[in-house]
Amino acid sequence: MSQATAPAVSDAPAKTSHRRRRLPVVMALCVAWLALAFILAVGADWIAPYGYAEQSLLHRLKPPSFLGGDPAYFLGTDGLGRDVLSRLIFAMRTSILIAFCGTLIGSAVGTFLGFVAAHFRGWVEEAIMLMIDFQASMPFLIIALAILAFFGNSFELFLFVVGFYGWEVYARLTRGLVLQANAQGYAFAIRTLGVHPMRIYIRHVLPNILSVLVVQVTLNFPELILLETSLSFLGLGVQPPQTSLGLMLGEGRNYISTAWWMAIPAGMAIFVTTLSVSLLGDWLRDRLDPTLRSAEQ
Amino acid sequence: MNLRFILTKLFRAFLTLVLAVTFVFVVLRMSGDPVTQMLPDDAPPSVIAQYREMWGLDRPLPEQYVHYVVGILHGDFGFSFRDDRPALDVVLERVPLTLELGLTAFGLTLILGLGAGLLAALNRGTGVDHATMAFTIFGHSMPNFFLGILLILLFAMTWRILPSSGTGTWAHLVLPAVTLGTSYAATVARFTRSSLLEVLHQPFMRTARAKGVPFRRSILGHALPNAGIPIVTVVGLRIGALVGGAVVVEPVFAWPGIGQLLVNAVAARDLAIVQAVVLLIAFTMVVVNFLVDITYGWLDPRIGVVRGEANA
Repeated sequence: MSQATAPAVSDAPAKTSHRRRRLPVVMALCVAWLALAFILAVGADWIAPYGYAEQSLLHRLKPPSFLGGDPAYFLGTDGLGRDVLSRLIFAMRTSILIAFCGTLIGSAVGTFLGFVAAHFRGWVEEAIMLMIDFQASMPFLIIALAILAFFGNSFELFLFVVGFYGWEVYARLTRGLVLQANAQGYAFAIRTLGVHPMRIYIRHVLPNILSVLVVQVTLNFPELILLETSLSFLGLGVQPPQTSLGLMLGEGRNYISTAWWMAIPAGMAIFVTTLSVSLLGDWLRDRLDPTLRSAEQ
Repeated sequence: MNLRFILTKLFRAFLTLVLAVTFVFVVLRMSGDPVTQMLPDDAPPSVIAQYREMWGLDRPLPEQYVHYVVGILHGDFGFSFRDDRPALDVVLERVPLTLELGLTAFGLTLILGLGAGLLAALNRGTGVDHATMAFTIFGHSMPNFFLGILLILLFAMTWRILPSSGTGTWAHLVLPAVTLGTSYAATVARFTRSSLLEVLHQPFMRTARAKGVPFRRSILGHALPNAGIPIVTVVGLRIGALVGGAVVVEPVFAWPGIGQLLVNAVAARDLAIVQAVVLLIAFTMVVVNFLVDITYGWLDPRIGVVRGEANA
């Protein structure tokens, strides 16, 4: 996808021999699930039969309709009489939105720092590498918890904190790739022509390394969903009456012996979503460039 | 392995630690007045004034920083207002339980991950291989808290063969350790398989086979040591994930370790405890990473002082 913009002077290995194969059934299922999740997330307001905070205390803890519950509630109701299906749809919207924004922030910050490190070298690079090492050595969940504890929780702060997840992987990856690209003939050739470094990076180097970064996104996205849902599950992420898949699971945990339908659908939604993105990512990685397997871990 | 290599790694470990302490200091100072944050709301003004002077909050920031670092070196991590005790004492008494859980999960991971990876690589393309790959995909995508809930639902509530919470006997350890270790084991299995497969196709393996080295010895003596470096790296790097996992898994099973303590402290904004746990984990991670780097240099003597690419 990115090779189209490679300049004519490029001596980068040509990788145009993409074999055209049919989409395997499993991958088609993954795509179908992600498309459904996307549609549900975007159209939650129209698709969900009830509001996510709409309570009906007369209909508390009703089992799903296919297990003999009230036909008005397909997945049953929770402890406050809220429709589980509607909450699930809105929860998917929140979780996917957070993972999506998080991916944007993390990849943008990380890629930028990677470029900066590779361009300036010297002490700037040392400083960035030290930050990368520090981030890589500390469990991100702990840092996120510390920041949420010190500053108090708010949705904006939570989004911001979660967004930084994985920046160091993008930064390290980008730095390595840019250093590699700079040593290649095409970048050298344009530089000799007197093109501004900024232009070289944005117009020539970035398109060439984009496929690697895209694969990294598919690795990062499921981890972001797991991070957000973990924090929300612990009650330290998205706060009620807002809802997220993790929060639903956390609330449903207390009812697990009597009303399992509160927790299980949310858990399954997390599992299937992360599974789909991971499988698609693996598949994409194999197709884009088999040598990537050793380039990242 | 030369002395310079060790010293460089030691220096980096030290820098990381300084960065961790600075991070906590900066975040703590940015979040407002640490005295009002650290003390309960109804603290008498005299106590507040006393703390203010004790921490030197009227001094310039660099001086405060030195003061803070000296305090930490003396084991002063602040005072937990919920427990009414020094934060360090509260944290330290939880350490053994987390270690017990963490080490069990770690051991389980090594046995399961290495074993499955080895079997899959040696039986490539067979049912064992497919089962291992399915397990790695499952373990990678399954949120540990959901796995924990499912295990409780099955083993504690439906079949009633294992306790769902509490500590004391080995039976209490089974569900939390399996929950904590699954994703880690999946990663280890995946890396063991792929790095072994890579090594098995190297020319020296063919040479070993050609000169009549018995199969078992060719695997144990030739293949495994050479596949060891990526495996050690991923095992070491993933310890951080194990620590992060413990924070989520402990509350699920009401396991009274560091993780549960941290979650409760964050919810109650008991900042002294949060600070102590974060610094303790940072210290542990720095030590673990240092040990991984050293093991790395010991496994492959060719690794000299190449800048911190150990976890690239």
